Amino acid sequence: MWQWFHKLGSPRWFYQISGKFLPWLALASMVLIVTGVVWGLAFAPEDARQGNSFRIIYIHVPASFLALAGYYVMAAAGAVGMIWKMKLADMVMVAAAPLGAALTFIALFTGAVWGKPTWGTYWIWDARITSMLVLLFLYIGIIALSRSFSTRETSTRACAILALVGTVNIPIIYKSVDWWYTLHQPATIKLTGAPSMHPDMFKPLLVMILGFYCFYALVLLLNTRTEILLREGRATWVKELAQPK
Amino acid sequence: MKPERKQRLLVVVFIVVVTGLVVGLLSYALRENINLFYTPSQVAAGEAPTHQQIRVGGMVVADSFERASDSLDSTFLVSDGSATLLIRYSGILPDLFAEDEAAVATGSLGADGVFVAQQVLAKHDEEYTPPEVADAMQQAIDKKAATEAAQQVESKALNTPEATY
Repeated sequence: MWQWFHKLGSPRWFYQISGKFLPWLALASMVLIVTGVVWGLAFAPEDARQGNSFRIIYIHVPASFLALAGYYVMAAAGAVGMIWKMKLADMVMVAAAPLGAALTFIALFTGAVWGKPTWGTYWIWDARITSMLVLLFLYIGIIALSRSFSTRETSTRACAILALVGTVNIPIIYKSVDWWYTLHQPATIKLTGAPSMHPDMFKPLLVMILGFYCFYALVLLLNTRTEILLREGRATWVKELAQPK
Repeated sequence: MKPERKQRLLVVVFIVVVTGLVVGLLSYALRENINLFYTPSQVAAGEAPTHQQIRVGGMVVADSFERASDSLDSTFLVSDGSATLLIRYSGILPDLFAEDEAAVATGSLGADGVFVAQQVLAKHDEEYTPPEVADAMQQAIDKKAATEAAQQVESKALNTPEATY
């Protein structure tokens, strides 16, 4: 049962297996995102009060979802790397940081663009938006830490600890709109119960969220593969790979 | 599990639990400061500081919005269900500002109990509905209100002294 886990520890095995998933993930994310964008922007009905400006939700919500979920991926990889000393997990952690930072930035940026016409301001220091900004700084901190030590072991350890410390922020971001008075509205999509959104508007959002998940997996695999090649540059199989045929 | 792995697992659990506790206690201690605004009830209870910049938030009371005919001066009431607060504001309001919708105002509370706002923001809820559905829902609400009003008139008529005599 543990065989796959030990195999996962081998960067070479992972590189070969992940290569087979790439075209499928690329296809799935492209189909889902194109469908979701066209459906959400052109065919979904407009909102009774916000008009067309609500359509930015089709980017804002999926990006925020993956910014949060991506942090758990990064922290879990950091923990696995720390406990089992698995090289591959360390690579996944480092590969997840820039991706998460980009998604968090997209969430903050689209939120600002959406906030101006609806709330009347681009930015407000409420609990949701501030904790999301902290998430961006955590991601940036991990990117910076991963490049600021001369020995790889030290930097990996520092990154893993920061990633674990930062996990406390994720439930805070998620629950901030319920725990405190904020300008940001509570969640539309709930874990329990129906979404407070008309089904015609919700379906394209669901497609976009699935598309973003596939896209996240695709980019994470690509980033991890790059990291593998960078770190295993001396291994024979990488040299063979780089050899012109 | 090998003993050294077990120990490292404990370190990981320790980091997550301790930071969780620290941040949990901190945000519990600072809970009032993390809130973006005071509610009208808090203002009425004297919990909000006067002559200092604060934010208040609540639902804009129906039929309370008044605008001067020759300037941008406007006044409206906000409510949280148990208390109301009068807000005076001079300026352009966000598009989504409306009666029966939530708003957050930044400004200061005068000694007369009127809140003078420098900025008013609209707070929208998490519900999204197409216009036709919203219209249908509004019609249903209006219809219900109309029947209730009619019933009230009827019962009132029955309760009038003339009717009982």
